[in-house]
Amino acid sequence: MSDIRVYEQGGEAGFGDYVQLLKPRVMSLVVFTALVGLLVAPVHVHPVLAFSSILFIALGGGASGALNMWWDADIDAKMRRTAGRPVPAGRVTADEALAVGLGLSGIAVVMLALAANAFAAALLAFTIFFYAVVYTMWLKRSTPQNIVIGGAAGAFPPMIGWAVATGGISVESVLMFALIFMWTPPHFWSLALFMKDDYSNAGVPMLTVTHGRKATRAHILVYTLLLVPVAIGMAFTSIGGPVYLATSVVLNAGFLRGAWKIWRRDEAVAEADKYAVEKRVFRFSLLYLFLHFGALLAQAVLRLYGLGGW
Amino acid sequence: MSFQPEHELHKRRFGRNLGIGLSLVAFVVIVFGMTIVKVSYEPLPNPPTIAATGAKP
Repeated sequence: MSDIRVYEQGGEAGFGDYVQLLKPRVMSLVVFTALVGLLVAPVHVHPVLAFSSILFIALGGGASGALNMWWDADIDAKMRRTAGRPVPAGRVTADEALAVGLGLSGIAVVMLALAANAFAAALLAFTIFFYAVVYTMWLKRSTPQNIVIGGAAGAFPPMIGWAVATGGISVESVLMFALIFMWTPPHFWSLALFMKDDYSNAGVPMLTVTHGRKATRAHILVYTLLLVPVAIGMAFTSIGGPVYLATSVVLNAGFLRGAWKIWRRDEAVAEADKYAVEKRVFRFSLLYLFLHFGALLAQAVLRLYGLGGW
Repeated sequence: MSFQPEHELHKRRFGRNLGIGLSLVAFVVIVFGMTIVKVSYEPLPNPPTIAATGAKP
């Protein structure tokens, strides 16, 4: 095929398009939470192995993103937020996305087993499977609980980071998992409230579409209430301490207040101020997660100097 | 020196090749680094001595 024909078909992707396949923004959350999971663990890991492990966890997360883009190309094309992704935009073919996803998954899992241990690698493999198959292929288009169960995939990275250091699971790593798992539904549903046309256009059974917006507002409040004890409870484990507790109490009070406001509002009020509260809660939820893991990291640093902890 | 202006397609292709090339170099460096650390910092356990196993020479 001549260069000109390739160009006319738009089939020649740039390097940046392949990077976009890996969902770099999601990857940054994966890197941060996995790094915290690794650093707060009570076992020291050599910096080179720690760096390599985080890199391969991120690569595994990116690979599952590519598999997601391969499978979801049809619905991505219908949503404003995702229409510019490499596959629906025609810059990368679906087959290429599949090949990149499968290839990088294999590399990430094998290399994590070599850099860290088989258990961490098995957890990473399960996470990729969970996101690409359980969430993307089975749940996303079939149940409004897609976000709830699918959120588990995003919750695994700190557990994998912990497993890299310790080779196992503990109360602390399960609580870090639970924190992200319980945080995901209110985070995404507040987004769904103000991105309403996107999900209904694509036919994705988001809670807002299947059960209505009033029910979604109630769900946000209930899940935030369930999130609070998980987040604050972590303060009383070996990785918690007074700094984490203070941070968590303030953040949970803020999140709860936002969820309460969302629940009290109806569509007319929300339309009037262009979903200002929902947008604010969505932004706050990002800060909420970042600061919780930041506080865990701060506790670990303080412990190094004999401060913090109970 | 080329007298023909470079087509955008060739620039994109060069960028992709460069990106993949640098990724491969980074991968080799990481594997090398991991190997050095594994060899230097994780000594293999010593095999059991004859005295410990009770075998006769």
